[in-house]
Amino acid sequence: MEILTFEYPSAPLALAGQPALCGVVGSGNLEILIRAGERPDYCRIRIHTSARGFGEIWQAVIGEFAAGNAAGGTEIAINDMGATPAIVSLRLVQTLAEYAGERQ
Amino acid sequence: MKRDFNLRRSWFEASARARLAGLLDAGSGKELLPPAAAEPSPHLAALGLPGAFDDGVVVGSGRLAGRPVLFAAQEGQFMGGGVGEIHGAKIVGLLRRALREGPDAVLLLLDSGGVRLHEANAGLIAISEIMRAVLAVRAAGIPVIGLIGGSCGAFGGMGIVAKLCSHLVISEEGRLALSGPEVIETVAGVEEFDARDRALVWRVTGGKHRFLMGDCQAFVDDDPAAFRAAVEALLAESPVDVDELAQLRRQQAALTQRLAVFGQCRDGLEVWQALGVAAPENVPMLDARALVSLKEGLSA
Repeated sequence: MEILTFEYPSAPLALAGQPALCGVVGSGNLEILIRAGERPDYCRIRIHTSARGFGEIWQAVIGEFAAGNAAGGTEIAINDMGATPAIVSLRLVQTLAEYAGERQ
Repeated sequence: MKRDFNLRRSWFEASARARLAGLLDAGSGKELLPPAAAEPSPHLAALGLPGAFDDGVVVGSGRLAGRPVLFAAQEGQFMGGGVGEIHGAKIVGLLRRALREGPDAVLLLLDSGGVRLHEANAGLIAISEIMRAVLAVRAAGIPVIGLIGGSCGAFGGMGIVAKLCSHLVISEEGRLALSGPEVIETVAGVEEFDARDRALVWRVTGGKHRFLMGDCQAFVDDDPAAFRAAVEALLAESPVDVDELAQLRRQQAALTQRLAVFGQCRDGLEVWQALGVAAPENVPMLDARALVSLKEGLSA
């Protein structure tokens, strides 16, 4: 297992909701938990992943997410069981939408 | 925006949380120890494996058709629904809470291969504690209803827990047994049981077989709404366990009788024939309604 921590500047999220969880820690999948963080213009992410050696790809995927979404003021925790970058991106946006109060 | 794609919803494919959303009255579910408050398993972390925030089980309270219930829903996609220390403690805590709160029922949404082998001893102890707690809840007059229709079925210790429930609801996709097919094949050889023969596995452990044998009280379609309707019907009967010792003696006698009648059978097909099913080879193709009426015909 590898534990990765990132912190990215991101536009502040207007509405802070209840903690939101999406996904399951199953093969090729991951779970993402978003809750309120301390710094309103930063997004902190902590990842536990079963696949070692993919730090650079995580950095790219998370960086793109933080730049393209208003995710400031959040703390994001991820438990990953080998999800592909596309799945990670989709789950991040899905969880952020739920956190911001947009129920599917 | 509400979108209705008119897709069929499957209990088998749904996550534990999605199953609960379809089972309970809309918006009534309240999770105890939600992911943001819970800790992943320290045992898995010590082995270098990522855990899940809820340790693979969602527990809480809610309403079904207006009646207060407590629930525990196992997530089969995480570690095969395996029961680890935290996972088990959450279920035991929920059952003890039932003794205090007295809900109309405790619903166990089972989806588990049994003990999580990474936490072997803690998992085994957890299973025995769950068994004891289920019996204590039933002794207090609160029905414990098991729902089986997930990809992992109910095997190992959770197979035992299932059979301790007051009532079981199962779908065709659901499976219920003690040792899993691969375990039997490994221990007794492929001549005894071919675990790769999926049709055989379902003819021996699957929902249709379990319902025909009387091991499960309700047989439903693979749909959260169907599971909900079955639980609603059971709750409407106000099930209470009465005269337990006499009931246990009757069950023991029935099991002895079952062994005598079916003990030599090698396949579900032979069992169904011995049960009096006219065309056992057609059973796998029957839909839920047809199977239920077939069963009613047998008991008549």
